[in-house]
Amino acid sequence: MTQSEALKEYLLRLADSDMILGQRLSELCGKAPALEEEMALMNVALDLVGQARNWYEYAAELIDDGRDADKLAFRRDAHDYRNLLLTEQPNEDYAVTMGRQFFFDVWHYFTLKSLSEANDERIAGVAAKALKEATYHLRRSSEWVKRLGDGTEESHRRMQDAIDILWRFTGELITPDETDELMAKAGIGPDPEQLKNDWHGLVSEVLAQATLTPGAEDAWMYMGGKHGEHTEHLGFILAEMQFLQRAYPDAKTW
Amino acid sequence: MPKHGDSDARSAVDILIASDRVPANARPDLLTEKDIWALLEEVKDPEVPAVSVVELGIVRAVRWDGKELSVDVTPTYSGCPATELIEELISEALRAAGFRNPRINQVLTPAWTTDWITDEGKEKLRAFGIAPPQGSSSKMSLLGEPEVITCPRCGSHETERVSEFGSTACKALYRCRECLEPFDYFKCI
Repeated sequence: MTQSEALKEYLLRLADSDMILGQRLSELCGKAPALEEEMALMNVALDLVGQARNWYEYAAELIDDGRDADKLAFRRDAHDYRNLLLTEQPNEDYAVTMGRQFFFDVWHYFTLKSLSEANDERIAGVAAKALKEATYHLRRSSEWVKRLGDGTEESHRRMQDAIDILWRFTGELITPDETDELMAKAGIGPDPEQLKNDWHGLVSEVLAQATLTPGAEDAWMYMGGKHGEHTEHLGFILAEMQFLQRAYPDAKTW
Repeated sequence: MPKHGDSDARSAVDILIASDRVPANARPDLLTEKDIWALLEEVKDPEVPAVSVVELGIVRAVRWDGKELSVDVTPTYSGCPATELIEELISEALRAAGFRNPRINQVLTPAWTTDWITDEGKEKLRAFGIAPPQGSSSKMSLLGEPEVITCPRCGSHETERVSEFGSTACKALYRCRECLEPFDYFKCI
């Protein structure tokens, strides 16, 4: 794999993870447990979709095969999607929604922090902007994890269940493959070892404050999202998300 | 005289619309950069109409590229749905002043920060009922306590955060414990 192939792959991963999590959160529009939560979830979703667009636009320029950002988002099938498995997991209990967000936000925060210093000006620019937003997301999701974990007996039980359900998808966030290694070596992506330590460090700190127990570091992990091998959930997300663009390809007005 | 070459129907319509609004004696080429900044001061943010796109720090640069006018704008948030509309409003204001083809460039670097909102802009936000961003964005802590936000209506510091997110991407929701009014806070980023 060349560095330029790795870069395209890496940009699609960033874009797809943002896009799919943004879509997942959007499912809660009109259904959130409280009005304030609804606004927060939709704001986070909007930030993520906006970030996805910035990454897709750059990816489209580099891929340079006539597809634009919209085509990359709405005309690729599940096996071409490169999002982290964590982002496609269903909303389920609100503790799961917030747990998924928290695990993702910690990864997102440290990844963007590193990308904002990338020696690729375009990536650094998009990341510096996204980092401000991700910092805000992380503050909120970590507060929720603490509030639910260190709350009532029931909220604690449900938050712990959420951590246990989601833990098996977290290994993928911090286990580098060839693409990640190449990006780190190119001075673009985060140093894998550093990312892993930072992620575990902050997750442990917040979970301890929340009186929650993290999973084992050597637990068996589901991986494959970065290579297009997804859980059964992604197909359903894409079916809904891409319906219009598939049914009316190249429509100029909606 | 403008040349009527192979311009398509749409641009012909654009020219027609523009020429409809522009006074016959408009001489945009005589406008200085200062005049153009003053003109852009009239373009209000569609979601916060109390302040202009200049006061919000969205317009980053104005310059002449030869005979073409070029304006750099930066989005406030990656997913801000007002970004395209703001660009259109700026373009429209310039066309109304006689510019045929103002160029609007979107720039992401450096990333927009609330530190760029002018003092005047902050005061207008407050008068509009939106608490302006407080402090500097560089001092925002990762997991720290939220700072004390002053109520834009009664000036009390006895306020509480209702939601970290508000009706638009740039705002959070607060409530004043003194005058009991809810209010928007322009998030510091």
